[in-house]
Amino acid sequence: MSQSLRTPLMFALVALLFILQGTTDWWIFAGSWNASLTILNMALISAIMALGVNLQWGYAGLFNVGIMGFVALGGLATVLVAMPPTPGVWSAGGFKIISGLILGAGTIMLMVWQYKHMTPGRRRGLVMLATLIVGFVVYRWVFDAGVVGVEAVNPAQTGYLGGLNPGGPDNYRAHGYMTILAWPVGGLLAAGAAWLVGKTALGLRSDYLAIATLGIAEIILAVLKNEDWMARGVKNVIGLPRPVPYEVDLQNSAEFVAKADAWGMNVTTASTIAVKLSYSALFTVVLVVLIILAQLSLNSPWGRMMRAIRDNEVAARAMGKDVTRRHLQIFVLGSALCGLAGAMMTTLDGQLTPGTYQPLRYTFLIWVMVIVGGSGNNLGSVLGAFLIWFLWIQVEPIGYWFMSLVTSGMADGSALKSHLLDSAAHMRLFSMGVLLLVVLRFSPRGLIPEK
Amino acid sequence: MDFLNAIVALSNFVLIPAMAYGSQLALGALGVTLIYGILRFSNFAHGDSMAFGAMVTILITWWFQSMGVSIDPLPTALLALPFGIVGTALMLLATDRVVYRFYRRVKAKPIIFVMASMGVMFIMNGVVRFIIGPDDQRFADGARFIINARDFKEWSGLDEGLAFKTSQGLTIVTAVIVVAALFWFLNKTRTGKSMRAFSDNEDLALLSGINPERVVMITWIIVAGLITIAGVLYGLDKSFKPFTYFQLLLPIFASAIVGGLGNPLGAIAGGFVIAFSEVTVTYAWKKVATYLLPESLEPSSLVQLLSTDYKFAVSFVILIVVLLFKPTGLFKGQSV
Repeated sequence: MSQSLRTPLMFALVALLFILQGTTDWWIFAGSWNASLTILNMALISAIMALGVNLQWGYAGLFNVGIMGFVALGGLATVLVAMPPTPGVWSAGGFKIISGLILGAGTIMLMVWQYKHMTPGRRRGLVMLATLIVGFVVYRWVFDAGVVGVEAVNPAQTGYLGGLNPGGPDNYRAHGYMTILAWPVGGLLAAGAAWLVGKTALGLRSDYLAIATLGIAEIILAVLKNEDWMARGVKNVIGLPRPVPYEVDLQNSAEFVAKADAWGMNVTTASTIAVKLSYSALFTVVLVVLIILAQLSLNSPWGRMMRAIRDNEVAARAMGKDVTRRHLQIFVLGSALCGLAGAMMTTLDGQLTPGTYQPLRYTFLIWVMVIVGGSGNNLGSVLGAFLIWFLWIQVEPIGYWFMSLVTSGMADGSALKSHLLDSAAHMRLFSMGVLLLVVLRFSPRGLIPEK
Repeated sequence: MDFLNAIVALSNFVLIPAMAYGSQLALGALGVTLIYGILRFSNFAHGDSMAFGAMVTILITWWFQSMGVSIDPLPTALLALPFGIVGTALMLLATDRVVYRFYRRVKAKPIIFVMASMGVMFIMNGVVRFIIGPDDQRFADGARFIINARDFKEWSGLDEGLAFKTSQGLTIVTAVIVVAALFWFLNKTRTGKSMRAFSDNEDLALLSGINPERVVMITWIIVAGLITIAGVLYGLDKSFKPFTYFQLLLPIFASAIVGGLGNPLGAIAGGFVIAFSEVTVTYAWKKVATYLLPESLEPSSLVQLLSTDYKFAVSFVILIVVLLFKPTGLFKGQSV
C-alpha cells in the first residue's frame, strides 16, 4: 500500500475508535461522548509530547528518558503564571528566597570562573572548595529564613509565592487567558533544564544522555514535591483558572439551555461536553500549528542536515557540521515541546499534583507512542499518540474482559480467580511492554514509516 | 567520653547504614558493569529484574515459612536465595533468547538495545506487580539485631546506643564473599578469562575461538546471581516494594559510571562513593556536632545539608561532575 493512502487510512481507523467509544457500549467501549472526549483531550496533549520526542529521536537519534521531568516543569509554569500572587509573601520572605537563589547561582558561577581562570593545582581546588562551603552556608542562611516566612502565610490555603495573575485572589478566575500565556513559559522552563542537561551529557556516549535525563526527571519531581514555597509541594495547587467557560456558568446561561434543548440534550451533559470540546479545539489548534512547523522543518535544509547527522555522524562531522551543537539545539527544542504539553495538561486538569507524576506513565508511554507510530515521521508519532493513549485507557476494560474469559471456567470464589481479576489493572504495563518489543522487533519503522 | 559518644552516633547513623547500602549498590552496579562490558549496553531493566529476583525469593521464603522450615537466627530468605537465583537466571536467559539475541545477530546500535531493555523493564514491572502486587511486602524473620542499642548502652556505659541489624551484617558479609568469588572467577578460571578477553576486544576473542553465545549466557547467569542477592539484601534491610527497585536504577547507574563503566573494581568503589555521599549529605549532623563542639558553639538547626527526599540529587550531582571532568570514571572504564 502506498504511503499516501496508508496515512489517511490509519488516521481514519483511529478516528473510528473514538467514534465507537462515543456511540456504542458494545464490547469494551463506553458509549459516552464524555469518555471519548476525555481520552481525546489527553491524546492531543500526548501527541505534542510525542512530536517533541520524535524531534529528538526521529530527527537526531537522541534518547531522552526524562520526559516526565519536562512535563512537570510545564505544569509548574502554569501555577507560576496563572495563579494570583499570594498577598504578603514578598514581605514575609519572598525576596529572601529570590536573593538566596541568586546567591546560590552566583556561587556556582564564581566556581566556574575560578575553574576556568586559575592555574590548575591544589590552590585552585582549595579556593573552589572554600567558595562552595561559604556560598552554601550563606545561601542556606538567607534562603531558609525566606522559606519559613513564605510557608507560614496562610499555610492551609496558600503558603507559596503564587503566580502573576493580575486578578488577585478574589477575581483571578476571570483572567483565564493567563493559563494560555503559561504554555510557552512552560516550554521555556523545560528548554532551560534541557540546556543544562544537554550541555553536560551530549557529546558523550549515547547511553549517558539517557541516564542523565532519567536523573534530572527524578530531581525535578523531588523539587516539586518538597519545595512547598514554590507550588505547595504534595499539598497540591488546585482551582487553577481556565481558558474555557465553567460548566456551572453554562448551565445558568439561558442561551445555552435553549441551545441544549434545541439539540434535545440534557443540559448537564451538554455543558460538560461543550467544555471538553472547547479544550479540544484549543489543543487542536496548537497541535496543528506544531505539526505544520515540524513538517516544514523536516523538509528544510536544517531537517536534511539533522537526518544526515543521525544517519552518519562521522560523515556529517567531516562535512563541517558541529554535531554536538546541533544535538543540543534539537534536544532543547524537543524538551520545550514536552514542557509546553505539560503546561497544557495541567491546564486541562485544573490542578498541579506532583504526587501523580509516574515515569512509566509520562516517560515510557510516550516512547511507546513514538516507536509504534513511526519514529522519524511526525504524522506517525501523532497517530501513535492517539492510538496508544486510547489503548492505555482501554487496556483495563480489555484486561477485565480477557481475565473474565480466562477465569470463566474456574469455580466462583477461588483464590486464583479473584487474584487474577484483581490484578487485571497491572496488565497495562505488561501489554505496553509487549507492544513496544513486538513493534521494535518486527516493524521497527512503525505504523507510518519515515519516507 | 563525648568523643566516644560522637563516634558511636556516627557509626550508628552514618557508617553502618552507608556500608550496607554501599554493598547493595556495589552488587547492583557490578551487574550493570558486566552487562555493559560483555553485551555493550546500559540495561534499563536492571532495577526491575532485581525486583523480580527478590520476588521469586520472597515467594519461596513464604512457602518455607508456611512449612516451618527455618534457619533461626538467620532469615529464611537466605535458604530461599539459591532458588531465587535459579528462577531469575532462567528468566534472564529467556529474555536474552527472545529479545536481545536478535539484535546481537543484526548488530544493532547500542541505543536499540537500550530501548529493548526499556520494553523488558515495562514487562518485568507488570509481571512483578501482577504476581505480588505494588505494595510493601515483609519477609524478614530470624533475629533482628546482632547488637541491640540497649544492650550496647549497658555494656559500654555510653549515652549513645549502637544498633547493628542482622540484615546489615548479612549484607556486608555476603557482599564481601560474592565479590571475592566473582573476582576469583574472572581472574583465575578459564571461563572468566574468556569473558574478560571478550570484553576487552571482541574480534580478537572471536578469532581465538571463544564462543560468544556461551560468554553471554554465563554473563546473564552471573548477573542473575548478583541482582537477586542485591535485591533480597535490600529488601531485608529496608523493605520490598517494586517501585523502589525501579528508583534504585539511578544510584546504581551512577555507581557504575562513577567507577568507570565496564570495570568491576570501579563498580564497587562507585557503589560506596555514592552510598557514603548520599548518607552523609542527608544526615542531620546535630547529634554528632553537639558531642564534639563546646556548648557555646552548639548548632540550633539540624545541620542537615539536604533533606532525605533529595538523596537522588546526590547521586545525580556526583554523576554530572564525573561526566564533566572524567567521563571514563575514577577507574578507567571502557566508555568515552
